[in-house]
Amino acid sequence: MSDAGAPPAAPAPGRSSHRTLRGRAELGVCAFLYLLAAVVLYDAASLGSDFTQRGPVGPAAVPTAVGILLIAVATLLTVDVLRGGRGAPEDSEDVDPDAPSDWRTLALLAGAFLTNVVLLDVAGWIISGALLFWGAAFALGSRHWIRDPLIAFAMSTGSYLLFSALGIWLPAGPFASGV
Amino acid sequence: MDALVDLLGGFATALTPVNLLYALIGVALGTAIGVLPGIGPAMAVALLLPITYGLDPVGAFIMFAGIYYGGMYGGSTTSILINTPGESSSVMTAVEGNKMAKRGRAAQALATAAIGSFIAGSIGTALLVLFAPVMVALALTFGADDYFAVMLLAFVAACSVLGSSAIRGFASLGIGLSIGLVGLDPTTGQNRLSYGIPQLADGIDVVIVAVGVFAVGEALWVASRLRRTPAAVVGVGRVWMGRADWRRSWKPWLRGSFLGFPFGALPAGGSELPTFLSYILERRLSKHPEEFGHGAIEGVAGPEATNNSSAAGVMVPLLALGLPTTAVSAVMLSAFQQYGLQPGPLLFEREPELVWGLIASLFIGNAMLLVLNLPLAPLWAKLLHIPRPYLYAGILFFASVGMYAVNASALDLLLLLLLGALGFMMRRFGLPVIPLIVGSILGPMAELQLRRALQLSDGALTGLVTSPLSIGVYAVIALILLWPAGRALLRARRPRSGGGPERRTEPADS
Repeated sequence: MSDAGAPPAAPAPGRSSHRTLRGRAELGVCAFLYLLAAVVLYDAASLGSDFTQRGPVGPAAVPTAVGILLIAVATLLTVDVLRGGRGAPEDSEDVDPDAPSDWRTLALLAGAFLTNVVLLDVAGWIISGALLFWGAAFALGSRHWIRDPLIAFAMSTGSYLLFSALGIWLPAGPFASGV
Repeated sequence: MDALVDLLGGFATALTPVNLLYALIGVALGTAIGVLPGIGPAMAVALLLPITYGLDPVGAFIMFAGIYYGGMYGGSTTSILINTPGESSSVMTAVEGNKMAKRGRAAQALATAAIGSFIAGSIGTALLVLFAPVMVALALTFGADDYFAVMLLAFVAACSVLGSSAIRGFASLGIGLSIGLVGLDPTTGQNRLSYGIPQLADGIDVVIVAVGVFAVGEALWVASRLRRTPAAVVGVGRVWMGRADWRRSWKPWLRGSFLGFPFGALPAGGSELPTFLSYILERRLSKHPEEFGHGAIEGVAGPEATNNSSAAGVMVPLLALGLPTTAVSAVMLSAFQQYGLQPGPLLFEREPELVWGLIASLFIGNAMLLVLNLPLAPLWAKLLHIPRPYLYAGILFFASVGMYAVNASALDLLLLLLLGALGFMMRRFGLPVIPLIVGSILGPMAELQLRRALQLSDGALTGLVTSPLSIGVYAVIALILLWPAGRALLRARRPRSGGGPERRTEPADS
């Protein structure tokens, strides 16, 4: 089995279409900002002004201003991107700046995360948290079939005990009567 | 010297065995989390905030102070040993610190950072004791229009100062302000952007925003392009400094202590600019300027001291005005709100035990860190060897358990993942994160002050500029906003075929 440090080599599908879009991917950020502006402005417009309003400024004024700010920023950013401006991706020692995004790893991570969201209230933190840790470590390429789950359970049990020692409630699941 | 009496009272609060234990736990956990690669002080503070929820407010803030300073120490260790500054404030430490480590002087770099942080933290906290009461007296004269102006300044400063690109800064701010809008409008009680979901009606907790964008976003970003070979970690021996190192360090420590504080205390906070200035200053004053760029100890001592002193300075606007200017203080403000406390001038009157206990524990945590970090540095360095799958799985794990603990709601975790996706996008396209955090917590506060000010003036916009202070602050804002335009004009006169206008500035080669 591969070393813990090595992520799975994911053959990215559709690489060629990816390449033509690559230079302009940042336009997606502009689209996101326009969308957000639309959501904020639509919500502001739907606020009724018949409410007892204290003061001259109603609840829609600031959202409207924020929406206008978003549109202005999105427009400036679009212009900037089209003229060749680029936001520098954040660098970190663990990041390979030349690698394409590894969507398979991201999907697996999101899967592990969502599993925990669904299971947490039912199965309790000790089980659900362990699955989260193991699943995330698996997604990131760790393949130690004994060590990984052991560490995962140690982490979830340890954090459960620490949190209960500090007076913070976590769902206990099947261990509810025992602890 | 009322402040001194109050401070002694604070020490009496903080020096009980239980509170000392809380401080110790905070310092140890803060360092352990802060030392993990990619985790800066803000992320450490946000991740660890939930563990204080079970305590009484005094104990919680004492532990919190320990986490804060511990996270800063941890961050500098990471910067020096593997050149991964978790936050922009330790970028300058990484520049020379990592070079020193590569030349086999990791122990000296860690020592000058640790001792310098201790000295600067102590001086900075002492200045906090001196200036906080002055600021409180001043704050009592502030009107709503003054608050609004100062908050606008905090927004603009967060977007513009040394940022890679002001447009991207404002984009981040806009997203943050939108997040801040979610929930009940405090003045009329109308629902905004919450679509009938009861959890959203209370607004999105800024801690969840911070952990989502910082921690989950970081984990997703690194996971998407994880390097196959983990970063090289420089080994550490016993942490010590020779006589020559002391001689070269003490002046930068002191200069950094007095340089950082005012920058932190100004509402245009953040330690990015002062650490950068400190680096430049030390390079200019050094007797060994040729060593800069190859591991000069002054280049670690100065910025690191500046960073810590500015961290103490940030407490001035936070405690005296209730105004968070950095991501860390935004999280801290939300911790206050968790206990139903509102920082500001009145906090000093109503909760003197808490405020001065917190300030006293800044001193105590600082001293504990020195004792803990000099001998334990090799142990902390071992944390850097954690296999990367475990490290990033662990970040997701702790983010989940911590954020679930905030409201015991699984829906918050869903929100956390969405915010993580947002953080991923921001990292991928170079949007700075700090404006988002500041916008999401200060946005609602600024709106409240704006409406108050306009209520007093009956809607006339002149109600926003009733005092010399607010007029002055608007002048500063105008200056910051017009500065890049002016510079671009100057640049346009010179014939120059430049690269993209939004290149990230490399502070090292200016």
